[in-house]
Amino acid sequence: MSALSFILAGMLAAAMPFLLAALGELVAERSGVLNLGIEGMMALGAVVAFIVVRHSGGHAMGFVAAGLASAALSLVFAWLALAVRSNQVAAGLAIGILGQGLSALFGKGYESLTVPGLPKLAIPGLSDLPVIGGLFAQDAVVWLGLLGTLAIWAAMRFTKLGLVIRAVGENPHAARALGYHVIGIRYGAVAFGGLMAGFAGAYAATVYTPLWAEGMIAGRGWIALALVVFATWMTGRVFFGAVLFGAVSLSQLAAQAGGVALSSQLLASLPYIVTILVLGVISANKRLLKINGVASLGEPFGP
Amino acid sequence: MSLLSLRGLSKSYGTVRANRGIDLDVAEGSIHAILGENGAGKSTLMKLIYGVESPDEGEIFWQGDKVSLSSPAEARSRGIGMVFQHFSLFETLTVVENISLIVPGRKAELTSRIRELGRDYGLEVDPAAHVHALSVGERQRVEIIRCLMTDPKLLILDEPTSVLPPQSVEKLFETLLKLRDRGVSILFISHKLEEIRSICDHATILRDGAVTGNVDPREHDAHDLAQMMIGRDMPAPRPFEARAPGPVMLELAGLDCRPDDPFQISLKSVSLQLHAGEILGIAGVSGNGQGELARLISGETRRHPEARAEVMMMGQPVGHLGAAARRKLGFAFVPEERLGRGAVPEMSLADNTLLTAHRLGLVKRGLIDRRAEEAFTARCIADYDVRTPGPQAEAGALSGGNLQKFIVGREIELGPRLLFVAQPTWGVDIGAATAIRRKLVDLRNAGTAVLVISEEIEELFEICDRIQVIREGRLSPSLDVSETRVEDVGRYMIGAEERARP
Repeated sequence: MSALSFILAGMLAAAMPFLLAALGELVAERSGVLNLGIEGMMALGAVVAFIVVRHSGGHAMGFVAAGLASAALSLVFAWLALAVRSNQVAAGLAIGILGQGLSALFGKGYESLTVPGLPKLAIPGLSDLPVIGGLFAQDAVVWLGLLGTLAIWAAMRFTKLGLVIRAVGENPHAARALGYHVIGIRYGAVAFGGLMAGFAGAYAATVYTPLWAEGMIAGRGWIALALVVFATWMTGRVFFGAVLFGAVSLSQLAAQAGGVALSSQLLASLPYIVTILVLGVISANKRLLKINGVASLGEPFGP
Repeated sequence: MSLLSLRGLSKSYGTVRANRGIDLDVAEGSIHAILGENGAGKSTLMKLIYGVESPDEGEIFWQGDKVSLSSPAEARSRGIGMVFQHFSLFETLTVVENISLIVPGRKAELTSRIRELGRDYGLEVDPAAHVHALSVGERQRVEIIRCLMTDPKLLILDEPTSVLPPQSVEKLFETLLKLRDRGVSILFISHKLEEIRSICDHATILRDGAVTGNVDPREHDAHDLAQMMIGRDMPAPRPFEARAPGPVMLELAGLDCRPDDPFQISLKSVSLQLHAGEILGIAGVSGNGQGELARLISGETRRHPEARAEVMMMGQPVGHLGAAARRKLGFAFVPEERLGRGAVPEMSLADNTLLTAHRLGLVKRGLIDRRAEEAFTARCIADYDVRTPGPQAEAGALSGGNLQKFIVGREIELGPRLLFVAQPTWGVDIGAATAIRRKLVDLRNAGTAVLVISEEIEELFEICDRIQVIREGRLSPSLDVSETRVEDVGRYMIGAEERARP
């Protein structure tokens, strides 16, 4: 298998934890709430999914449980940020740390255990193509994740719900004056972000590397957060950034395996550098930032 | 039977009693004015009627039935629409998206209804345009269309003319009369007496949160109305002294400036000359580049060193210098936003004087001289009639008018050779506004060059020697106030003058 086909076959799966978490965060941020607890919510989702799958509840059950657990944790954050109106940065960090702590606690007895992964579902014909064939053989979550990306893009762009979320994020006071329930909409958006972070964690722990190790999320939640900002809150760019990150991660693995004469530390940092550079250049467009940026992001709102 | 009746409506915010026992009756098919100074409680009253806030006491009757309006959605469903003073539009959305937030229907359908209403009522606007690209007048049209699409029986307009040039005001009035003739009642909030006399058939006057009069405005002259509104006689303007202009203190020579920010206006070959001992006014509808021009003059926007000569102050090129360096040359500046740029709301008045007056001996060897600071502050408070407990009061606790008097006083006490004031009397009550204008004229008579940006044409005509109009980032030629009529300035404001010429 050539390096290129290796990268093409694996990049969507590698991108999935970033993509799912970042899409959820995108919706939350578009409504004006900055949830910095994504990393912890992914960690909680990961351990819950792992435990459910390990006790053979199946992957579907694992994902549902993970999503609900993380959504519940995100509602605690939402309560702090929206009802108590505490500082969103501090509340997000605190809840994130809580999530990581809970993850370590629940995962104590599962260290180094494994669960079965998911089979690849191939598109007949396309998956037999040379070099790019691997791209068309992915597990069910990847296929659902791609559909979900499309659905979120369309929802934010074309539906009333997306319009309302954007309006609430731009000017909560005006939205309230029009009669929208700003706090309720923000609760919903944050809970959706938590749900997606739970799915992302579940994918990382039970599909991508189906083996439990404490701290296995390893900063992927933070990358997801950065992706949202660098992607200027646009769904398509979040997708592009996540896949780019996945592809570069795999190519540095391929390079290490192929014996490229560079220090492994340097190679390991490559995905971060490339993603920041590419998305940094894209997001240098101030006009786009201003038009897509969320004007009320992180500001507490009270009637 | 009245369309809307209020009985004994009260609302307090903390210790401030914004509305006290308000009674109001709005008849069907009437244009009813709510007249009052800033802070008299007009906006609070409208929020109670539109369901944004709930009253502490009192009853609301709608078409004879007692109702409780607990949300704007409920008010709308009963047929009450509102056009806000500070527009409640979403800048990043298009016109039709904004409207679809409160009007059900498919986009194509809404688009054609927007066009239709636009034709019927003279409210033309492009439904597909992004709101951030619209002028202030267009935004107001969008707000009105948005209200009309919910088929209101009562339309509330909060200070609708404060953002419009005179010609657009006439157009707005035509629209309102058409609406009234088709059976829509209008609550018209304003503090402009002549407007109310020209269009309203009933006026309720508020002062300090309570009703002080219910009159037919057509039967009273502006003087009577003003007295009911402020509770005393209008102060007279300062007499003008003719003076020969002195040397040029501020010169902009063909300034071009393209901001990165898409929400800002590009300035195109802006030229002006300001002499010592005169007041030059910049008129214009807000959002035509006033903010950008102000930042270029104040030094918040710095030019490339090669373009330093585009801004000349006291004969020196300063385009590349920051605000502090310009102030050292004898420049003083009162920004448009009092809280945040003119003063730090959380700091005491004394500490706020330090921000610009630190050069006047208030700091010795790097240490603050508290006694000098206090004395300077006390002088500003006394000379400019600032109503406050004392120099240690928090700036944010002062009313808009008092804080503005304080900031203007602080800047004048610096003894500037060139003073720049943006929106000197915005949100300031009549008494304080007149006091501020008198101080500016005094300063001019003492030989200082004064530049004023204002959206109130009457104000500019009262104090300025010359006026230039800013529109879409361009400045009109200089107009001598003694030879110019308000309508001439108005033509420049809407661009009719440019079109009339080849």
